[in-house]
Amino acid sequence: MTLIARLEEARRAGDHQAFVDAVPYARFLGLTAAEVGGELVTTMRYADHLVGNPALPALHGGTLGALLESAAIFELLWRAETIVLPKTITLTVDYLRSGAPVDTHARGVVTRHGRRVTNVRMEAWQADRAAPIAMAHAIFLVMRG
Amino acid sequence: MDDDERERLRLRLVRSFCGGVPHNRALGIEIVDVTRAEAVFRLPYDPKLVGNPDSGVLHGGAITALLDGTSGAAVFAALIELVPIATLDLRIDYLRPAEAGHAVTARATCYKMTRNVAFTRAVAYHDDPAAPIAHSVGTFMVSTKPGGARP
Repeated sequence: MTLIARLEEARRAGDHQAFVDAVPYARFLGLTAAEVGGELVTTMRYADHLVGNPALPALHGGTLGALLESAAIFELLWRAETIVLPKTITLTVDYLRSGAPVDTHARGVVTRHGRRVTNVRMEAWQADRAAPIAMAHAIFLVMRG
Repeated sequence: MDDDERERLRLRLVRSFCGGVPHNRALGIEIVDVTRAEAVFRLPYDPKLVGNPDSGVLHGGAITALLDGTSGAAVFAALIELVPIATLDLRIDYLRPAEAGHAVTARATCYKMTRNVAFTRAVAYHDDPAAPIAHSVGTFMVSTKPGGARP
């Protein structure tokens, strides 16, 4: 079964985890997804292999970028029901606070859904939703072929 | 100890520090080279880092982590002494998909260092830097410890 078919099946079944687990790299990061209060929230469970600075310790900035990008892609595929795999054109991450060694949550909001490209804003937070640790925006190519 | 020797020691310290970063190790990143204000990292192909199992192409997130890590190393390699740094922002342009089964190399340069902020650019490619997969620019906050950064 192709990835897009697996994603569609997981979406029909309402199985968030099957959806995330279809992507090997999402399993490597330890991502989970759930609908919380009407939002699709992607969570990166804390694990030691995500650390970038062991002295603090703090999460590797790359893992936060990857979480934010994944949250945007899941939002597009799960909620906006994009029927092609979005290709990331550009991703910009603002790092606001260092990532503590705990679970990190992220969500994406589609700001414009165009025929060829889609703009998404994302944020990542830990214990306090009101104090995001990173904000990002990304543009995806959503054309067939 | 003369300046050249001090510089070599400092760069060796950057290499060993970056090689010990847990997430770099988890990704399987190899530190290829660290010279003044420049770093080259290599990410071997690994099925666990795939974004799309149909094509076997690496997930963009793995490239993001590679570019972020290489850029940070370039900042360390531009500092007189190793002080803490923090990524302020990172923008990545994905120019073409990585090819399945091939390692990705990233070369980062810290092209400007100020008292507080370091500016980087980096490129990710398979074999030919002139055929890049991704390009990034970043800014990093440098420790405010006096004398930590080049003026």
